[in-house]
Amino acid sequence: MVLDVLSWVLLLAGAAFVVIGAFGMWRLPDFYTRLHPAGLTDTMGAGLILLGLLLQSEAGLVAIKLLIIAVFLLFTSPTTGHATARAALAAGLRPWQAKENRKEQGET
Amino acid sequence: MFTITAFAILVALGIALARAFAGPTVFDRILAVNSVGTKTVLLIAVLGFLTDRPEFLDIAIVYALINFIGVVAVLKYVKYGDVAHPGEDGSAG
Repeated sequence: MVLDVLSWVLLLAGAAFVVIGAFGMWRLPDFYTRLHPAGLTDTMGAGLILLGLLLQSEAGLVAIKLLIIAVFLLFTSPTTGHATARAALAAGLRPWQAKENRKEQGET
Repeated sequence: MFTITAFAILVALGIALARAFAGPTVFDRILAVNSVGTKTVLLIAVLGFLTDRPEFLDIAIVYALINFIGVVAVLKYVKYGDVAHPGEDGSAG
């Protein structure tokens, strides 16, 4: 019974983080600022949801597969975030500046 | 419990897709599609538990692997204009 309540809390918290991350990706002004919520959903959202699922599954192959997914996401989401940011910087995408900084650099 | 989580992930998928369509630069789109990919992995895992099918988790693992490869391939295509490009120092032969 305790496991059900705990996994319920973890699942809903993970789902909340996923929605917050998606909403952050919609609201934030610039590509580089959107990297943060994208990473947020991958690490926190996925972590809590997979942990919630882990509690629901009996300790067998299912749990091992869940751990494989969690570990894999743990490694690849920072990698893709880093690679995307590097590619964007190499392509000359300049980070978004506050209004007064933009005036200094003479941008629009 | 699983249905609520699945609906929340679907809402997040919708928002991420909206960002993918609206994203001004191509990197916003890559970021959004990558986010859609990881959310789909979570959705498959949750649906696997919802319908008591443990084999869905295999699909989720494969989807996570392919999503990562796909994003890196698209990034290389965007950067070099060609996926088969040998890279800066020609090491990726």
